[in-house]
Amino acid sequence: MIEVKNIDKSFGEVQILHDINFTFQEGKTNIIIGQSGSGKSVLAKCIVGLHKPENGQILYNGRDLISMGKREKKEIRKEIGMLFQGGALFDSLTVEENVMFPLTMFTKMSKKEMRERVKFCLDRVNILDKNKLFPSEISGGMQKRVAIARAIVMKPKYLFCDEPNSGLDPRTSILIDDLIKDLTEEYKMTTVVITHDMNSVLEIGENIMFIYKGKNHWTGDKESILTTQNKEVTDFVYSSKFMRMYREKIMK
Amino acid sequence: MLIFVVNKIIINRIEYFYHIGRYAEMLGQMFSRPEKFSVYWNKLMEEIYQLGIKSFGIVVLMSAFMGMVIVIQTATAIDSPLIPAYTVGFTTKQSIILEFSPTIISLILAGKVGSNIASELGSMRVTEQIDALEIMGVNSRNFLITPKILGAVLIFPLLIVFSMLFGFLGGWFACVSTELVTVEKYKYGIVAFNNNDMMYLTYALSKTAVFAFIMTSISAYQGYYVKGGSLEVGKASTRAVVYSSVLILLFNYLITQLVLI
Repeated sequence: MIEVKNIDKSFGEVQILHDINFTFQEGKTNIIIGQSGSGKSVLAKCIVGLHKPENGQILYNGRDLISMGKREKKEIRKEIGMLFQGGALFDSLTVEENVMFPLTMFTKMSKKEMRERVKFCLDRVNILDKNKLFPSEISGGMQKRVAIARAIVMKPKYLFCDEPNSGLDPRTSILIDDLIKDLTEEYKMTTVVITHDMNSVLEIGENIMFIYKGKNHWTGDKESILTTQNKEVTDFVYSSKFMRMYREKIMK
Repeated sequence: MLIFVVNKIIINRIEYFYHIGRYAEMLGQMFSRPEKFSVYWNKLMEEIYQLGIKSFGIVVLMSAFMGMVIVIQTATAIDSPLIPAYTVGFTTKQSIILEFSPTIISLILAGKVGSNIASELGSMRVTEQIDALEIMGVNSRNFLITPKILGAVLIFPLLIVFSMLFGFLGGWFACVSTELVTVEKYKYGIVAFNNNDMMYLTYALSKTAVFAFIMTSISAYQGYYVKGGSLEVGKASTRAVVYSSVLILLFNYLITQLVLI
């Protein structure tokens, strides 16, 4: 479980996050949604420790990330897997080497054990046959799957996914969403997905936070997000023609 | 108007201090204990290959042609019968050891290696690869920058030794092909008057190590802190080459004044 308490974050004079409070539930797919520029990614980067908030606490099972020492922070980071928007795979390494990288850096596993673990992870994301290729030689969807394999190779307790579907076609997006949901259940991880894609919210969202102008504006689940009367949430949820048609249908 | 100009100057000065502070912080964080020594050792070997061995061709080419030109220019410039012919060899040796190989080749390497480092790290920054390393718990400065600096400081002096060697060979070729000076006189000029040669060689290789540190750390700084997209990566590469070159020239003067006077 990750608890975020009273988080404020500014860049220069501009305050991006205002007093954010939320609990990301263990073993569930938690979703942060909001418009572009609302502060979703900044919040995620604060939670994983890439940005330091001015105020507040970020508690990983009660351990505060902000006040902990370097060594403790390093240890907690080994429990975190992250899927970046663009995949963030290392260009100079093959698919197999990318997934093996965290094992090489932080474990004392033998080469054979590492290969077996990498094979298992690549097989789990259904991309085992591309293990000898470089990231530039595979498609965007495949890169995302490799990035997921790299994120889970250390069996993390927490998985963060920043816009996992950006730049992907609807079919591949659903595959990625399903994979995130299945892995969350399989590894009993606390998963946090940052997205503005309503399809993802409806596919995998179990615990949702809606950020509006840097504030936690609304919280709920995927059923309640469709029925809420909160104006900003409904404006966001029903901004596409498809969703408006869907609303008209359920209203009838 | 005046207030605007004064404000601009003050802000620029503050920015200089900010960059110096951040550069010092980067260097401080670079030299921490590596996560896994074997991984860093492999990375160091890879950087020695990428930065040093892959630059061997251009260094040899530049040095050989420069050696040829120095011989021809010196030989044609000496028109007094009172100056002995072996002066050509002696002048070539002094030019190559003291200035051409350590400084000019370092400036060329600053262009090649500096832009390479800045664009590599800059691309890694804008594609979030550096963030990915940090989230895994890897000290990215230590992992990405330290092997580059160490690799360059170790291999560049060796490259400069080869540069000197090929500079002399280039000069020898010019003697053979133009017959402006006999090979024997040229050789005599190189081997004679060798009292200070070891001191000059030490001076040349030491300053090469300093230049290697300057070009790799400045370029790494420019690339590591890139913000934005590919356009900024390009600008960072240009800044890396310009700042490295200017600092190499400045330190060349300072070291020369300190050591040779």
